[in-house]
Amino acid sequence: MGPTLYRKKGPLVVFLLPAFLFLILFLYYPFFQNILNSFSDITGLGAPAQGLNSPWYANYAALLTDPKLRTALGNTVLLTLCTVVFQVGIALILALLVDSIRVGAQLFRTLYFFPIVISATALGLMFNLIFLYNGGMLNQLLANLGIVAENVDWKDPDHFLLTMFAPVMWQYVGFYFVILVTGLNNISQDLYEAAALDGCTGLKRVRYVTLPLLRSVLCTCLVLAVTGALKVFDLPWVMFGAGMPQDQGWLTGTYMYDQTFNRGNVDYGSAIAILIVVLGVLFSNVANRVFTPGDDL
Amino acid sequence: MKKLTPAKAGTYAVLVFWALTTLYPFVWVILNSFRERGLIRKDSFSVPLPGSGLTTENYAKAMDRFDFGNAYLNSLVISAAVTVAVVLIAGFAAYGLVRFRFKLRGLCRSLIMAGMMFPVFSTIIPVFRMEAAWGIASSGNRWLSLLAVVLPQIAGNLCFAIIVLMGFIESVPMELEESAYMDGCHVFQVYFHIIMPAAKSSFATVAIFSFLWSYNDLFTQNFFLRVPREKTITLLLNEISSQAGVDYGLMAASVVLIVVPVLAVYILLQKHIIKGLTAGAVKG
Repeated sequence: MGPTLYRKKGPLVVFLLPAFLFLILFLYYPFFQNILNSFSDITGLGAPAQGLNSPWYANYAALLTDPKLRTALGNTVLLTLCTVVFQVGIALILALLVDSIRVGAQLFRTLYFFPIVISATALGLMFNLIFLYNGGMLNQLLANLGIVAENVDWKDPDHFLLTMFAPVMWQYVGFYFVILVTGLNNISQDLYEAAALDGCTGLKRVRYVTLPLLRSVLCTCLVLAVTGALKVFDLPWVMFGAGMPQDQGWLTGTYMYDQTFNRGNVDYGSAIAILIVVLGVLFSNVANRVFTPGDDL
Repeated sequence: MKKLTPAKAGTYAVLVFWALTTLYPFVWVILNSFRERGLIRKDSFSVPLPGSGLTTENYAKAMDRFDFGNAYLNSLVISAAVTVAVVLIAGFAAYGLVRFRFKLRGLCRSLIMAGMMFPVFSTIIPVFRMEAAWGIASSGNRWLSLLAVVLPQIAGNLCFAIIVLMGFIESVPMELEESAYMDGCHVFQVYFHIIMPAAKSSFATVAIFSFLWSYNDLFTQNFFLRVPREKTITLLLNEISSQAGVDYGLMAASVVLIVVPVLAVYILLQKHIIKGLTAGAVKG
């Protein structure tokens, strides 16, 4: 089996060793170290572990009763749902629309993808200017249009979810859009012609031809969206900092960062990090299962 | 010439609307970075003209108060090093994993998939301790500190890069490699003379993304680079946002200064960015 070129396994060591050396040293070893840390008692960033916690599962017990973590989890789950519905949803609509036109398709791709390449720090600063209470873009716009008389405080408890989620959604729509458009391009034109002969056009064609063929690509998008939502950190951190407003604005990522770096609660932060990974695996499995059963779609 | 149907007009209306939401915030920030102090909060939508609010003072102030040159240099060194290393290492690994059949192949592939799942928060503390023990992190030496950022960033970008490259290398027809081998080419020559040129666009994609992610990353850089002369452009921006207070013109100018190099790279290379990325993602 296989071509003779690849029978000799000697060179394989050279090909694989550097990559796996990096992965083991800088990903797997630290990750398992991190699991250990979550059971240990560590009081400072540079400080060595002072033995195991007593009881050893103390951090995980604390996870269950921590009200801020509950807030963070609630917000994160909501963010995940919004990501799936709006990010992938908007991206799907845009992709279907772009796929149906000829003039300007390339231009739209370029424009939509653009926010991905900008750093979250720059975007966070930009959105801070946009959502500014006194004279931000949005408040000026609403005032000029006569929709609201007084400035809206976009970061107060009534509005902060919108202010936090909208930029995150907005930034990544283009990413899923581009993946979906490529998926659409791969669908053979013959299939569409055959469908047209059977009288299947417009929305019907989308429902019975395009979407089923796009399912594996959609599934990739969903898994990426779900795991991505759990890791969101920079944008909310730059815009909201530690849990604003009034400890209602935590996400799992920002809460973990705050516990570890601002409060020196390194072992507890490690436990939250483990929780994020476990949830990531769980959520992406669910997403996979929902989108790959039978052929009933 | 086709007629413009209502459906088509609606399609374009939706597409143009979303394009505006993508573009307008940037245009707004750029316009306001040239506006005189104090005018931003009153009237931020007009175009600043000479004599009615146009100024470059915000940029002068930003350049004067913050060391942008040094920060660009640091960012560039880090991102260039990460990019070169990721392309070399990931290319090798992807080739090995696609073409060779060996016992642990399945395991290796799963390890790489799993590597995509780890959030950087969950690895950074042990990495910091390890590098401190090696004498790289917080050593006070500028170049060692930059190296301390480069190493974990390479590892962080590797999994994505390998997955994208595997998708591409799989699609390269094997006959060419086989015949080159028959002609006496060594397997490394096959890699550099056949595989790399054939998968050129996906290597470009991987390079561009490694560069951008490294350039834009706040978390790792924030962790390792504490001294002012080690600051990168992202860190500088973070610092400005906490120091500028209500000087919104200064903030806008700083955002523009950090976005412009990325924008230039994006416009020049956007074909590779989008094409290469999607081919890998869709196959994977």
